[in-house]
Amino acid sequence: MKAKIIVTPKKAVLDPQGKTVQNTLEHMGHSGIQAVHVGKYLEIELADGDKEAARKQLDEACHRFLSNPVIEDYYLEIE
Amino acid sequence: MKFSILQFPASNCDQDAVHVLRNVLGQSARLVWHKESILGDPDAVIVPGGFSYGDYLRTGAIARFSPVIQAVKAFAEAGGLVLGICNGFQILCEAGLLPGALIRNRSLQFRCEHVFLKTLTGDSPFTNRIPDEKVIRIPVAHGEGCYFADAQTIEKLEENRQILWRYCTRDGQVAETASPNGSIGNIAGICNERRNVAGLMPHPERASETLLGSDDGRLIFESIVQWLEREAPAVAA
Repeated sequence: MKAKIIVTPKKAVLDPQGKTVQNTLEHMGHSGIQAVHVGKYLEIELADGDKEAARKQLDEACHRFLSNPVIEDYYLEIE
Repeated sequence: MKFSILQFPASNCDQDAVHVLRNVLGQSARLVWHKESILGDPDAVIVPGGFSYGDYLRTGAIARFSPVIQAVKAFAEAGGLVLGICNGFQILCEAGLLPGALIRNRSLQFRCEHVFLKTLTGDSPFTNRIPDEKVIRIPVAHGEGCYFADAQTIEKLEENRQILWRYCTRDGQVAETASPNGSIGNIAGICNERRNVAGLMPHPERASETLLGSDDGRLIFESIVQWLEREAPAVAA
């Protein structure tokens, strides 16, 4: 099994990286870009087993460690 | 007074803190390695600056799980004084000992320069020796020093007078342009509700001798010493 975790800055939090990437994309001539958010992607390889149990365990890890709930949101997917 | 200064892999301001406390202020200071779970019976703990665990994942995110931070939590819960400087501030926020978080500077630049700070209250163990209205000049050196917390938390910090320092101009004006990192409300340092745990991004240990261009930082360490000398026995009694 593999867990895929995407961590992004919360909407209310300043994201100067996203803003800078957006500016550069616009300078390059890309139009219609409304916002860019720069986050992190984590891939965790897991021994095969109960998917729900793994989700529960990783949900807790995301909340306590892999993301900081004060400034970030996360999306967890197990496949 | 006895100070314990924590030491993580990639701490780099630990020795400066020891030097100031021991040689400038004549206090007892010892280093405590991050794998230790005993602090050595200190009167106060300093969590120093640096790049603990290479800033992997997020600044301070790994350090907060170290054995020594569990000891610091217990120490703080018992009322002990804890001061986090720069990376130490980031660690204390990650550990939940202080509210909010420190994120990438708005400019995306690592800022290394002297800044001016306005002290908002003398009513804390970390500020009681700083004269009212005195603007202190202390250096910063960070890439992730932009303080963030939600509106409700900021309101609570203001209500409880937990904001200890704000970035300001030379003449004490809290202007956005005076902030090196874009912190909400120019916040440079805060304390917890109980007022025994504080953190700030600027480095007082780098400005505690006139030889270094400013000795204003010394006032923060002197505040701790004075508080311990005056207040601690009263609390114990």
